[in-house]
Amino acid sequence: MSVYRDITYNSLWKQNPILGQVLGLCPTLAITTSFINSFSLGLATTFVMAMSNFAVSALRSFIPFEIRIPVFILIIAALVTVVDLAMNAWLHDIYLVLGIFIPLIVTNCIVLARVEAYAAKNPVLASTWDGAMMGIGLTLVLAVLGIVRELFGQGTLLSGIEMIIPGTEAIRLLPEDYPGFLVAVLPPGAFFVLGLLIAGRNWLDARANEKARQHLLQAQAHA
Amino acid sequence: MSEDRVPDPLAPIEVPPPAEASVVRISSRTATILLLFTLTFTALMAATYFATKPAIEASARAEKMKLIGEVLPKSGYDNDLLADGVSLPPMPALGLDDVSTVYRARKDGTPVAMVVEAAAPDGYSGRIGLLLAIGADGRLLAMRVTDHRETPGLGDYIDPKKDKNKTSPWIGQFDRKGFEDINPEQWKVKKDGGMFDAHVGATISARAVTNASGRALAWAGERREKLFALPAAAKFEE
Repeated sequence: MSVYRDITYNSLWKQNPILGQVLGLCPTLAITTSFINSFSLGLATTFVMAMSNFAVSALRSFIPFEIRIPVFILIIAALVTVVDLAMNAWLHDIYLVLGIFIPLIVTNCIVLARVEAYAAKNPVLASTWDGAMMGIGLTLVLAVLGIVRELFGQGTLLSGIEMIIPGTEAIRLLPEDYPGFLVAVLPPGAFFVLGLLIAGRNWLDARANEKARQHLLQAQAHA
Repeated sequence: MSEDRVPDPLAPIEVPPPAEASVVRISSRTATILLLFTLTFTALMAATYFATKPAIEASARAEKMKLIGEVLPKSGYDNDLLADGVSLPPMPALGLDDVSTVYRARKDGTPVAMVVEAAAPDGYSGRIGLLLAIGADGRLLAMRVTDHRETPGLGDYIDPKKDKNKTSPWIGQFDRKGFEDINPEQWKVKKDGGMFDAHVGATISARAVTNASGRALAWAGERREKLFALPAAAKFEE
């Protein structure tokens, strides 16, 4: 079972799609203006990643090495189209919120990256798990970006929730007369917050490494 | 954490070089495989398309009626609105470069209002789609923004769903206004010397909507008798 634990640790922290691999920045920067947008797109991407890793892993023995990239893209694009149509038909309210972002999942390079780096060489179950976990790692970072940008940009949390659950309302965390902070809403704000998140992750990693080194030194001193 | 479980994506993969004579054979084999994959996944998409088509059409229709309901309450008319349409060719005066439909609302056969699509080409981030209900007397009954890409939290107050002022949203000031009350010269935002308010620092979105609604109202007002008189499903021509 440690394969699955390794995948989970890798996806959520060590090789987190955004903080570790810094992949798929276009949708990351474009849509994380609010928590609801970020979180819903993260979930849709997670679903596509799990499905595409599953499909590629299951079909990997039939895919010739030379044309693997066109085939991968074909599989991902077909799955995204299926998700797009299915959401339009059966989850229409959420579809209206996400609208143009669903087709853009095809262009998110983290999807192709996981298919190429993992699913093309590993068994079906581990690959599906890798896709789902990488997607969740992505969703978590998107959610944090969305929360921070929404809070500083508009002073609210969960704006847009009324489009998913009618009758509910956004929570206003900052006073009603908060003028809003435009930079947080525009793409540069996403770069600032993302930069801070990556720096924070690197700092935590560096601190953990330093602690491990100290332990090692101490152990050597005792010995 | 053992590294050998996570394959290195950059590791070279051994591909034996093809012999000269087998190039054609290998190419046709690869092409066939690619074709098979394309056919399979196209079939998957086609199947999903046909499976979801009725649900998507039904929700598009419901969506349209919901949107129309925002500018024209259902209680105001008694005909089947979506069946009583006149199709318009691409109409630059309305800002539309594609065909559209004008729906007529009638009560006991008398024209009450028409629902007209329009667009402002000059929003802060491109096109702003509008839906207007214009009364039989030529007044603008109500207007809604149907699609836009204005800056969230800044210019998007033109859409009452995003307007922070929920009790009297910005777009409400156009309700029941006509050229009898407001001179066409005055159908502008205050910054341009007109009658309509706009948020300070975010005038471009408001100006685009105001000017486009003025143009649409002028266009539809002049042609309203003809638009109401045409039979259902007819084509309107200037």
